Amino acid sequence: MSTELHHTPPALETGSATALLRFATAGSVDDGKSTLVGRLLHDSKSILTDQLEAVTHASLKRGQEAPDLALLTDGLRAEREQGITIDVAYRYFATARRRFILADTPGHVQYTRNMVTGASTAELAVVLVDARNGVVQQTRRHAAVAALLRVPHVVLAVNKMDLVDYAEPVFAAIAAEFSAYAASLGVPDVTAIPISALAGDNVVEPSAHMDWYGGPTLLEHLETVPVGGDPSDEPARFPVQYVIRPQGGEHRDYRGYAGQLASGVLRAGDPVTVLPSGLTTTVAGIDVLGKQTDIAWAPQSVTVRLTDDIDVSRGDLIAAGAAPQSTQDVVATVSHLHERPLRVGDKVLLKHTTRTVRAIVKDIPYRIDIDSLDRVAQPESLQVNDIGQVVLRTSEPLALDPYAVNRRTGSFLLIDQADGTTLTAGMAGEAF
Amino acid sequence: MTTAADILTADAYDNPYALSHLDALEAEAVHIFREVAGEFERPVILFSGGKDSIVMLHLALKAFWPAPVPFSLLHVDTGHNFPEVLAYRDRTVAEHGLRLHVASVQDFIDSGRLRERPDGLRNPLQTVPLLDGIESNRFDAVFGGGRRDEEKARAKERVFSLRDEFGAWDPRRQRPELWSLYNGRHSPGEHVRVFPLSNWTELDVWQYIERENIELPEIYYAHEREVFQRNGMWLTAGEWGGPKENETTQRRLVRYRTVGDMSCTGAVDSEAATVADVITEVAASRLTERGATRADDKMSEAAMEDRKREGYF
Ligand SMILES: Nc1nc2c(ncn2[C@@H]2O[C@H](COP(=O)(O)OP(=O)(O)O)[C@@H](O)[C@H]2O)c(=O)[nH]1
Repeated sequence: MSTELHHTPPALETGSATALLRFATAGSVDDGKSTLVGRLLHDSKSILTDQLEAVTHASLKRGQEAPDLALLTDGLRAEREQGITIDVAYRYFATARRRFILADTPGHVQYTRNMVTGASTAELAVVLVDARNGVVQQTRRHAAVAALLRVPHVVLAVNKMDLVDYAEPVFAAIAAEFSAYAASLGVPDVTAIPISALAGDNVVEPSAHMDWYGGPTLLEHLETVPVGGDPSDEPARFPVQYVIRPQGGEHRDYRGYAGQLASGVLRAGDPVTVLPSGLTTTVAGIDVLGKQTDIAWAPQSVTVRLTDDIDVSRGDLIAAGAAPQSTQDVVATVSHLHERPLRVGDKVLLKHTTRTVRAIVKDIPYRIDIDSLDRVAQPESLQVNDIGQVVLRTSEPLALDPYAVNRRTGSFLLIDQADGTTLTAGMAGEAF
Repeated sequence: MTTAADILTADAYDNPYALSHLDALEAEAVHIFREVAGEFERPVILFSGGKDSIVMLHLALKAFWPAPVPFSLLHVDTGHNFPEVLAYRDRTVAEHGLRLHVASVQDFIDSGRLRERPDGLRNPLQTVPLLDGIESNRFDAVFGGGRRDEEKARAKERVFSLRDEFGAWDPRRQRPELWSLYNGRHSPGEHVRVFPLSNWTELDVWQYIERENIELPEIYYAHEREVFQRNGMWLTAGEWGGPKENETTQRRLVRYRTVGDMSCTGAVDSEAATVADVITEVAASRLTERGATRADDKMSEAAMEDRKREGYF
């Protein structure tokens, strides 16, 4: 509990471009994930007195002298013991440089779906391993999920370095093995960091025990890793959520299309295609929440005005640059989320961006064994936590980008028509 | 593998398209409001006159500009309101031409459908009028200002939280939320609670209030007030039933961090008279809002979890 953060408090940065980083953690049980998360929260001063008191109290009750930081994330643990819904808990902390949203998922083997959920919005995934055990089956699984969900940055945190005498060769061997595996999955960016979550080495403060390591601490890396990419590199994708028509008063002639840019940059004057109709027009102007501008970019929520009075409604996609193909035949990699299995012939709803259509499962060509990455051809069904490929036919065309190119316009959900249950998460195109 | 040198030279802030964290949170909340407008028949915003509900309304006004907000407001009125907050509520409703529904705890007590608790707390009594208000108006989406950082039971709450026809929250029926795809499907009689501020912290809310220059009820800022101490909190003396005989009042410089029922919302000693002062105070503060000011949450650790299952906010 000795380390203190040297950053200025976040409030002093009001109004600056402190960006937001969404990240996820994954680790097997007992690798030290709770301790690590607790330490990040504690050392970044995101733990408040009453929360810390509660933890200290609980630790004393268990006969521990120092507060057990792992208890800060106790909510999930209690659930695990009771055997009810385990899923993703979100934690918040900030430093002077960034605001963080952490999707904390329990590490248990059968919870692939939670990891998938947490990774879906993450820009970075921290995969934790125990230095004594190195890369284990669970680690490979975590790497595979991060790769599958196209999480742009992966950090390998080699924990419990104190238990291997802070020895470089141990770290180097694990880092090399993991990096090779991640590269084979197509993970573009892996950073390995040797840490001790318990002692605090290289979590917030540089370690005094690992002179051989010249890289950033975990927090430094989280603070500086580039977020969001460069939207000007991507074609603009704007799913229409809602048509804004005041129909009275001074704005009676106003007609704008409200949405959040899924990718790219949109400028007044840009030629655009409306999908699925294929009609073309140009951007007349853009309103950013009440202010007129002539440029907007992902992930801003804006209202777009078009030059021509064409038929555009919720569910349409306004696209600039190379427009995606509209299709009724979808080939996708899916992660099945529900106890109810998915079978060939199932009729479901498919929710893609702001559009929901009916779909039928035409084929399940294979299931992927997430540990060996072997493909099991023509499984009878996909069970909860299974990953596989499906072929779907939809009732109406969808403007779908490959997930590998666009996480927002390439993703969808399958929903039970009868009771609205979310069944499956889908990613257009091939896995890995 | 990235080397240290790569990371240290990569400047994350060179990007001209970077959004501040407030911009990113705002864009996300606006997206949520518009999803609801696009997919539900009868949405309503829970509006207490507290800062979180005020920020929600501000976001909704921006989301649909220049059209009016396509939702009405619902206030669950405990009958023990701060007069400043009621005045604020009525001013706001008039200014934006909104429709306000009031679900009154007092009415329920007067008609015998609810009984006053021995401890006089009225926050726990809000659930019945709230659910009645939702049911009788057939609201299908109900916006709440809940934030996941408020306490543990909320950390795993969804942005779209499904409630059955009894208003109850069943953990097993909550749906995984991936990407920004929110599944709002529900059966007739069921409704969905929607939390657009899920990912905001108390500090974000205050920073946003400052940036957007949002007016709040004056009790959020330091002022002198007649208070007395109960359960380690400063409560306002007043008609609702305090102080009791053995409790003495005094004048103190205080402000409120949350505004709820007067009988269980405590003031904190504070000299923060402006938004900027409050932000400094919040950043330095070592107590969560709930820990500092809510008597009913102190009752039991599982208090919130239990009430949520019953259909509370
Ligand atoms: N020696 C040592 N023990 C650790 C470290 N990190 C965690 N632990 C211990 O490992 C055990 C499991 O940690 P916990 O955080 O609960 O693991 P989780 O199951 O991954 O959340 C606990 O007894 C921790 O105190 C570390 O860096 N070094």
